[in-house]
Amino acid sequence: MHDAQRIFYFHVSSWVAMFVAFFVSVFGCFAYLTTRSQRYDWIGVAGAEVGLVCCTIGLITGPLWGKPAWGIWWTWDPRLTTTFVLWLLYLAYLLLRSMVEETEKRARISAVFGIFAFLDVPLVYVSNRFGRTQHPAPVFFGGPNAGVDPTMGKVLLLCLAAVVGVMTVLLLDRYRLERLRYEVGLLTSVIESRDLDKQSRTARERV
Amino acid sequence: MKNFQYLLAAWIAVWVVFFFYQVSLSRRFSQLFDEVKRLKERLKDSTPD
Repeated sequence: MHDAQRIFYFHVSSWVAMFVAFFVSVFGCFAYLTTRSQRYDWIGVAGAEVGLVCCTIGLITGPLWGKPAWGIWWTWDPRLTTTFVLWLLYLAYLLLRSMVEETEKRARISAVFGIFAFLDVPLVYVSNRFGRTQHPAPVFFGGPNAGVDPTMGKVLLLCLAAVVGVMTVLLLDRYRLERLRYEVGLLTSVIESRDLDKQSRTARERV
Repeated sequence: MKNFQYLLAAWIAVWVVFFFYQVSLSRRFSQLFDEVKRLKERLKDSTPD
């Protein structure tokens, strides 16, 4: 594999960041359905979108590592297939959100779909733990033969910290964006109702 | 330096994805800030006399 082996540092880090982001998203979905507080809907969408970005990085770097390692770009083994399905599910989550106009309805539907999409995350996690797959055995929590050389471990930890750090910044930014969008929506409706009041007052005065 | 092209491609891909996502976030933020500006002007106009 030679130099291509170093893709490992981007690849594993982006998967860990993706898992963290999707956990944040499903927390937001559950919390929204329990409390009906809009801020949890913002957490849900922020986690889903940033998780999708990390998943995209994983799906691009994986084949770039797979080609020199396995001799093929892609194979429909359980790990790769469940991950691709996960990417499609979260893409569908974002498309679904963009199709619903009403805020409450959008948040409710997104929360339910977000929980449904998250059901694939445990499947991705266990997909290369039971039976043989083309994808290598897990590096973390993978049994007695799992783990990496201590020198590689230090570099991996550094990469993990960097990618998870960037993911956290993006997550916070995305949360702020959604909050601002909500506030702009509220302000628009307030101004529209004031304009309507003004118009009706003017009409009454004319009468 | 065997298989370096795959490492380079992966490195570029990671930065391209992050860059485009950051650009997309910035564009959405600036659209909302424009909307806020427009609403402020509208609010001034609609203030009761």
